[in-house]
Amino acid sequence: MTQDWPLYEVFVRGKRGLNHVHVGSLHAADDAMALTHARDLYTRRNEGVSIWVVRSEHIAASTRDEKDPFFAPSADKVYRHPTFYDIPDDVPHI
Amino acid sequence: MVGREVGVSMTSTGTEASAAGWDEARLSEQFDATIAKDQRIEPRDWMPDGYRRTLIRQIAQHAHSEIIGMQPEGDWITRAPSLRRKAILFAKVQDEAGHGLYLYSAAETLGADRAELTDALIEGRQKYSSIFNYPTPTFADVGVIGWFVDGAAICNQVPLCRCSYGPYARAMVRVCKEESFHQRQGYELLLTMMRGTDGQRAMVQDAVDRWWWPSLMMFGPPDDDSPNSARSMAWKIKRHSNDELRQRFVDMTVPQAEKLGVTLPDPELSWNEERGHHDFGTPDWSELQRVISGDGPRNAERVSRRRAAHEEGAWVREAATAHAAKQAARTKKSEGAAA
Ligand SMILES: [Fe+2]
Ligand SMILES: [Fe+2]
Repeated sequence: MTQDWPLYEVFVRGKRGLNHVHVGSLHAADDAMALTHARDLYTRRNEGVSIWVVRSEHIAASTRDEKDPFFAPSADKVYRHPTFYDIPDDVPHI
Repeated sequence: MVGREVGVSMTSTGTEASAAGWDEARLSEQFDATIAKDQRIEPRDWMPDGYRRTLIRQIAQHAHSEIIGMQPEGDWITRAPSLRRKAILFAKVQDEAGHGLYLYSAAETLGADRAELTDALIEGRQKYSSIFNYPTPTFADVGVIGWFVDGAAICNQVPLCRCSYGPYARAMVRVCKEESFHQRQGYELLLTMMRGTDGQRAMVQDAVDRWWWPSLMMFGPPDDDSPNSARSMAWKIKRHSNDELRQRFVDMTVPQAEKLGVTLPDPELSWNEERGHHDFGTPDWSELQRVISGDGPRNAERVSRRRAAHEEGAWVREAATAHAAKQAARTKKSEGAAA
């Protein structure tokens, strides 16, 4: 079995004003090749105006786990939301 | 298949979670609840081994089909009758390569290894769609493949856009956007030939006669002979049964055939008012079995060509790796000098 080129994750900016969005992955020997492969693979029909590629092994990610308290700090702070505050109905523009 | 931990694509959570001593039953409950709520399973989520295995097998088989599917039509690129047709066919075949790569990428999020998948294909350990084992002796075949084969692929793939596994569903959305061009270019090609000479019309009818039944077989064996379907439906990998999708394809294609002026080669084909669907004959399932088990008209050729392409490309892969290593060393050295 042959060894593959390293895996890259690909992010494409669809048009000006939008964020780059993850679209998939590909294998390439180096960064430059990853960019041209990403162009050929993920933007054959004007799907993008800018591409980021990054070696998959360089991405750190959270795990989704119910027992993982990682996102817990955001769950119990209702006062961070505008709906937490009672304002009389007749106060305009708020 | 290893739980190699690589960024957002690869995953090792299944094993990681259990290794941490978490209760498998609870994780499994969580998984079932996600499926029940019609939410997507994502790469780093815990999932049952059977779910992972089923998906890897299905996605790999799907990817292989796209890659092998380049061959029957690719044969016509150098012989297309006009520059317009050549450019179209080139773009279409390039899309199929793209589809294969989106799918391999999705399989890798489940822990599959790309090189291993390629080896499984060229060593005949994994399968691809039986349809690509039929020959393409005339240019009308290019049109009929676009119309029937891409048409059938659309019927199969549209429901997969809602498949429970996120990366597979997202790959399908991308694929489906491109498939419509494939079907339309095929149909337009046939319309053009049907407006031509008697010889061209006969060529179209002949291609229709050869591709109709194999196209119906693309949906797989009949429901009562499709052992894994129920499980895939429960996991929401599959949304419709083989027979439902086959029926959909027939109903969609019959009026298109009328407009085109060709006859579909099935004497039992007729509209059933009561059912609101077309009745149609039974494909030769023994033929499907034969082709799947390797004995179709072009099986050996398709796989050996894929193997040759892979082996003949080895020096390119090696050279690019060597070049990348050299560049990296050079950059490091100049950085060192600057510091
Ligand atoms: Fe395709
Ligand atoms: Fe296609």
